[in-house]
Amino acid sequence: MFDGFTMGELGAIFAMQGFAGLILFSVFVLMALGLAIIFGQMGVINMAHGEFLILGAYVTYLCAQFFEAFLPNLYGIYFFVAMALAFCVAGAFGMLVEWGLIRHLYRRPLDTLLATWGLSLILQQTYRSVFGAREVGVTIPEWMLGSLQLTDLIEVPINGIFVMTLTTVIAGLVAFMMFRSGWGRRVRAVVQDRTMAGAVGINTEMTDRMTFGIGCGIAGVAGSAFTMIGSTGPTAGQLYIVDTFLVVVFGGAGSLFGTIASAFTISQAQSVLEFFLSGSMAKVLTLLTVVGILMLRPQGLFTLKIRK
Amino acid sequence: MTPPLKTPHHRTNFLLAVEGLTVSFDGFRAVDDLSFYVDKDEIRVIIGPNGAGKTTVLDLICGRTKATGGSVRFKDRELLSMREDQIVHLGVGRKFQNPSIYEDLSVFENLELSYPTGYTVFGALAFKRSSEVVARIEDVAETIFLKDLLSTRAAALSHGQKQWLEIGMLLIQDPELLMLDEPVAGMSVAERKQTAELLHRIIENRSVIVIEHDMNFVEDIAHKVTVLHQGKVLSEGSMATVQSDPRVVEVYLGH
Amino acid sequence: MAHARIRLFTPAEIVGFIILAVIVFAVLPLVMDSFRLNLFGKYLTYGFVAIGLVLCWGAGGILSLGQGVFFGLGGYCMAMFLKLEASTPEATSIQTTPGIPDFMDWNQVTALPWWWEPFNNFAFTLFAILAVPMAFAFIIGFAMFTRRVGGVYFAIITQAIAAILTILIIGQQGYTGGVNGITDLRTLLGWDIRPDEAKTTLYFINGVLLFGCLLIAHLIRRSKLGRLLIAIRDQEDRVRFSGYDVANFKIFVFCVGAGMAAVGGAMFTLQVGFMSPTLIGIVPSIEMVIFCAVGGRLSILGAVYGAVLVNWAKTAFSETFPELWLFAMGALFIGVVLAFPYGLAGLYDDHVKPRLLWLAQLWPRRRGSPDTNALAGPTEQVGGGYALASKGGSRDAST
Repeated sequence: MFDGFTMGELGAIFAMQGFAGLILFSVFVLMALGLAIIFGQMGVINMAHGEFLILGAYVTYLCAQFFEAFLPNLYGIYFFVAMALAFCVAGAFGMLVEWGLIRHLYRRPLDTLLATWGLSLILQQTYRSVFGAREVGVTIPEWMLGSLQLTDLIEVPINGIFVMTLTTVIAGLVAFMMFRSGWGRRVRAVVQDRTMAGAVGINTEMTDRMTFGIGCGIAGVAGSAFTMIGSTGPTAGQLYIVDTFLVVVFGGAGSLFGTIASAFTISQAQSVLEFFLSGSMAKVLTLLTVVGILMLRPQGLFTLKIRK
Repeated sequence: MTPPLKTPHHRTNFLLAVEGLTVSFDGFRAVDDLSFYVDKDEIRVIIGPNGAGKTTVLDLICGRTKATGGSVRFKDRELLSMREDQIVHLGVGRKFQNPSIYEDLSVFENLELSYPTGYTVFGALAFKRSSEVVARIEDVAETIFLKDLLSTRAAALSHGQKQWLEIGMLLIQDPELLMLDEPVAGMSVAERKQTAELLHRIIENRSVIVIEHDMNFVEDIAHKVTVLHQGKVLSEGSMATVQSDPRVVEVYLGH
Repeated sequence: MAHARIRLFTPAEIVGFIILAVIVFAVLPLVMDSFRLNLFGKYLTYGFVAIGLVLCWGAGGILSLGQGVFFGLGGYCMAMFLKLEASTPEATSIQTTPGIPDFMDWNQVTALPWWWEPFNNFAFTLFAILAVPMAFAFIIGFAMFTRRVGGVYFAIITQAIAAILTILIIGQQGYTGGVNGITDLRTLLGWDIRPDEAKTTLYFINGVLLFGCLLIAHLIRRSKLGRLLIAIRDQEDRVRFSGYDVANFKIFVFCVGAGMAAVGGAMFTLQVGFMSPTLIGIVPSIEMVIFCAVGGRLSILGAVYGAVLVNWAKTAFSETFPELWLFAMGALFIGVVLAFPYGLAGLYDDHVKPRLLWLAQLWPRRRGSPDTNALAGPTEQVGGGYALASKGGSRDAST
């Protein structure tokens, strides 16, 4: 399969394929971070997570339309406004969902899974009714266009670099919130012992709602970033949900580092394999390996050994 | 063949021999190089302050928690490498601290599922409710004061009755070693008295390990008491010996 | 004493079975034209899956989001046999390579793959319809349950498996027919399955097989194994410390569920005339769970009603208000979980049965008592007032 390539060309192919993998990695991480918080910390399976991502994408799309029509001079910075807005809208909607649906089902995880699947169907149809079945895209600001020529053979698109930078920043922020902020302490306290956390004065209900809201907000931001590298359709969220859940489980639920490491492994494996096999076989092989490893090591790659 | 056990008494015929048992959770040694021996028909009570590792010891013996090191031998068979159900088949029964019964099934069905036949998939499919089974269940139900409640759904029982039901579920298997984790905790005074009476009746002709805080109760039944502290044996002997041990007084009364 | 006897069927259960039998074998064939009857036959094939889910999920607490895989494997086994029968060298003489299925020819495959060969044999096919999905279920179940993976992890992994199989089938179109599936099926051992009379016959065969599965499921639930499943759902540790190897029971019931789904899939292929990956992926698989939930996750008869009603509603909605269907489906998922966790069977137990009992009491004594017993079923002593427990249902419905 290496016939006809020089070593230099092969290296360039691997580098570029690896970079494509890094963009996929960014998407996985952005989606998985929110999920890792909601599933890892609360044990809630949110099948509508992809739809929260798409909500953020549509908010960004609307924002872009607004800036184009009314504030064309400021179009270069619309994205940052959109991102903040996407976080707030998705986060607020997430809290509403927690209040109306999730909190009734905390002790029935399998039922939560089914109910949030129902929510995802309703959201998909809502998007379709409001924005139409066709995919929409935003005009990328000029400074994000073009690509960076690294060597004669290797060039990387700037929007990709931007999304990756953004991913790094968001992942850093999440880690900071989780391990350094008062909210993070409360969340971890509630995870370890709900009754005790309540007894020492933590409002566990509010902590749950905030956690779910923040997880959904991060999905919204992920959706914003998503518009930079692809177009948005009503069912785009569903395409990634299974992969993302595998990413979270593979990394070991509850481990932020595990989530990122597993997102990296899976995305790199998939995009490098894609060069040698057809896209679908690459995906089959990657997912099959992940499922196979999970069958042998169900707790995922990184977990703490804890007392029952 | 494994070499004969070296014990303080140079004996090898203990029913249960726990030696060097250790388990650590993320660096924390909940049970630390623990050794003790239980004779046939002996009633052993384990006491100790909260967090001493009492429940963990029972979990390790019955296979619920995997040990980090050491050995647990029952009738000269190593238990640490066995699955929970295999340990049960050897004759070790375990009652949990919180009553763990099948709330959606009737008292009769709860006892029936513990009747020691039909353990395989096809055995369970072919299981017949013979008159022998029914008689045994009714017999046990009488012992645990639940004869009139056989067709009641277990969820409807009181806390004390649930404890009795779980004891009954062990009793029907007739284990050689019975491990009870705080069997009278959370009971009313009347239930407590009845339970003491029940335990007196069922501990005959078998070895029992009991975790208990109620000192009157301990004094009443114990042949020998083991005091655990921070995962280690602090003191062992008769109730009187243990009570007069200054280290035990220190741990219980504080500094 | 009452508990000393295990009755294989309570009078209420007999009545329930008879009512369903009358509906399936008399009412539907009499009131439906052949097209609609075939449609209902298709809905009933999902009933097989739903019965299996009652055993796994309702009774055992194992939620599989990959039942479509087993439905599909059963369906594909049948479809491969029918396709080979339809691909005689005479019928495919215009192909570059006559005698192989048309989609292979279109994809430049020039010889029948070795794993297609055995499907020339009908006996092997019948065996494979059950054996392939059940062996697959055994491997998944063995790997997961002996390592004590359950709950949401099991659900996610089975869903991933459904996704993998779909992508694989679509990607390997030269060997599988790709996204279109295996189509243009004609005869079964020379018997044309396409005319109306054949479809009516197949509908009745389907009905008989469905009742066979119902009977097996009922006997499993009535055996000690059925009670053990409930015990495992409620207190897995206690079952383990009563001397049972819990994994074996879970593997068994998962395999039985897979086998039933496979029979449904094979009957789907026969009645509808094709099998495709769009019927077995993530979305159809999770919809199968909702068939079961709507009927009542604890009720095998309810599961059949649930499968038929949801599918019928889907067809009706899709014909008239296609855009409303996803809203309705979404609302069904949320509603059945939040408001009616025991589905139709639960509604019957809570609202219809008490009224029937009340009516029965009004009846004069000479006829009263047997009817009362008949309607109350085996759970009468258990009493009402059930709340949802942490791990699923807290009641054990009768049928």
